[in-house]
Amino acid sequence: METANLLPLVLVLAVVAYGLAYMRSRAVAAPLGGIRNLKALPFYYAARAALWCAIPALIVLAAWAGFEGKVIQGIVIATLPQDSWPDSPGQASLILSQISNVAAGKLDPEFVPEHIAGAASVLETMKSQSADFKAALVLLVAVSGAAFAWTRVSPHVNARINVETTLRRIFFVCAALAVLTTAGIVFSVIFETVRFFNRVPISEFLFSTSWSPQTALRADQVGSEGAFGVIPLFTGTLLISAIALLVAVPVGLLSAIYLSEYASKRVRSTAKPVLEMLAGIPTVVYGFFAALTVAPFIRDVAAMVGLEASSQSALAAGLVMGIMIVPFVSSLSDDVINAVPQTMRDGSLALGATQSETMKKVIFPAALPGIIGGILLAASRAIGETMIVVMAAGLAANLTANPLESVTTVTVQIATLLVGDQEFDSAKTLSAFALGMLLFIVTLLLNVIALKIVRKYREQYE
Amino acid sequence: MNTMNPSISAEADMQDQGPAIPVRENNPEDTVIEEGKTVGKPFAADPKFKLRNVSVSYGKDRAIKDISLDIGRNEVISFIGPSGCGKSTFLRCLNRMNDSIDICRVTGELLLDDEDIYHSKRDVVELRARVGMVFQKPNPFPKSIYDNVAYGPRIHGLANRKSDLDDIVENSLRKAGLWDEAKDRLDSIATGMSGGQQQRLCIARAIAVSPEVILMDEPCSALDPIATARVEELIAEMSESYTIVIVTHSMQQAARVSHRTAYFHLGHLVEVNETNKVFTSPEHQLTESYITGRFG
Repeated sequence: METANLLPLVLVLAVVAYGLAYMRSRAVAAPLGGIRNLKALPFYYAARAALWCAIPALIVLAAWAGFEGKVIQGIVIATLPQDSWPDSPGQASLILSQISNVAAGKLDPEFVPEHIAGAASVLETMKSQSADFKAALVLLVAVSGAAFAWTRVSPHVNARINVETTLRRIFFVCAALAVLTTAGIVFSVIFETVRFFNRVPISEFLFSTSWSPQTALRADQVGSEGAFGVIPLFTGTLLISAIALLVAVPVGLLSAIYLSEYASKRVRSTAKPVLEMLAGIPTVVYGFFAALTVAPFIRDVAAMVGLEASSQSALAAGLVMGIMIVPFVSSLSDDVINAVPQTMRDGSLALGATQSETMKKVIFPAALPGIIGGILLAASRAIGETMIVVMAAGLAANLTANPLESVTTVTVQIATLLVGDQEFDSAKTLSAFALGMLLFIVTLLLNVIALKIVRKYREQYE
Repeated sequence: MNTMNPSISAEADMQDQGPAIPVRENNPEDTVIEEGKTVGKPFAADPKFKLRNVSVSYGKDRAIKDISLDIGRNEVISFIGPSGCGKSTFLRCLNRMNDSIDICRVTGELLLDDEDIYHSKRDVVELRARVGMVFQKPNPFPKSIYDNVAYGPRIHGLANRKSDLDDIVENSLRKAGLWDEAKDRLDSIATGMSGGQQQRLCIARAIAVSPEVILMDEPCSALDPIATARVEELIAEMSESYTIVIVTHSMQQAARVSHRTAYFHLGHLVEVNETNKVFTSPEHQLTESYITGRFG
């Protein structure tokens, strides 16, 4: 039986086990004078039975599905005649794909050597046998689990504790999954980064000022040495992020102050969601807005005042990105400003302070840590943004502080390095991982600083 | 409960349905209060506040119903009454602290030294500089002790030099009886002090702008008995130079600190009299019921 059919079957069995154990616990309780004489409510006996039924069976199913392929492959290879055993992993996978193609009927058995055709038939029988064994074993485990739980429905057994413990473990596994995924991503990036630094020295990567990741495909190719200096990319990132923050911080902060302190309830309840909608617009939409509307506009204005502006400029990308991250600043600042206790406002107002004096001297200092947290979050968002920059600021790795020129950023380079067909062991591709690692470290530092600031001042007014 | 004794629930139903006819005699809850009628001595010869026919409503709810009262110069008057009777709302009308509540509407005549408090061109900042306020829960700003006291004088430009400001801070802290405890740590953060110290700091902060009136909204309800005694001493000292209006839940406190006592009930001002009289021989039946602990 297929895994896809087994899974719902196990769940149905679990539901049946639940129902049976529920009735059983009531039946056990009845002669004792009601369910108050049980150690736990019937629900807990039932839930325990369902868990006993489902969890071991699902573990067996997962383990079988995970190892089935490898084990069968090993056996099939072993059935081949001694002289045709593969002597490299590449050859092994070639033979195996041949065998499975024959088994699946994609390849006529007459076109392949005899031993391959024989192995194909072995593979087929193994597969069907494995499926049968799997189904039998899983169902057996499920039923015996349920049966075990059934026998343990008795007034002395405290099913409540069992169920709570199991649920706690399930929650733990889910939480651990998220953490492990993060750790896995970090480690894979670290390994690739180390491989990259075996080819390109770390000092060149960090301190060289030229970025041109084209490496030679042939030895005699001209002008494709490859330069991996990260400085132009980081200045590009910093330039665009700085422009974005110059837009987002004043606009976001002042609108947060307006919304939390001055706006009437009705204005606030409409304006806040609308403002937050800015964060929901896909960045690619911002991207073409920046590339097709803002960038040409900037170029025309610059031309009018006699400046030369590239048609893709850091300014265009930064301005649009600034609008995009306004809600990060405004929404978080609005929340922390609102969290400042009303008694603070009352105290200040009762001393004859005006609303803006109260804002400036009491509310703002009290809310400052949260506001800084919001700004740093917006900054990490700006640093990580890719799409707007690709579309509006270009791909040229210029080392410049002029916002009218076209620049590129770390994230944009990562994207372009990995788009399309690439060989995964060249310095060019591996440099993407090193860039990712660097970016990860920078944003991590920003987040840590943000958390520290928020923690340090958080209790001030509580 | 009702299922166990049907006769009680039946009686309750009758009370609900019937018109305002007292079912039992001497039940204070059934006493009908005539709106705008206050027994005792609500008026004074030379009032600081002259309040006539004041009503306050939050949306459709009327919190204060047609109250008229005078508050004398350098008088300490306490507002007492059960929770929700409107005494805090009424207090907050005196320096327009209700302004920040959108749905709050105040009608009637409220005069401070014969000037209309709610006049459309009234400068609220100036009003609040003259009518200071101390709140139920101590609310020092998360700043240093010095900056807390100096907050008001700085806003109003009361000091031209740093030394003037130092003098104001010292005098205010002295008046609030906090100088000896605070003089060595003026730069430490105010929220680190004990609750009683914080409340006295709030009083110092209020008197630093030299107000004429100080409103106190249950100033001791968050304090322990010793801190309460200190604040009460302070009120007695301050009554020489300020007009003080204090809302309190403690009848002993009202009896100890105030010259006159006003009893509020469900938004009505029921009785105003000399404190002594209110607590020994109240004129109104509701006042008597309240001070003898029949409800509240």
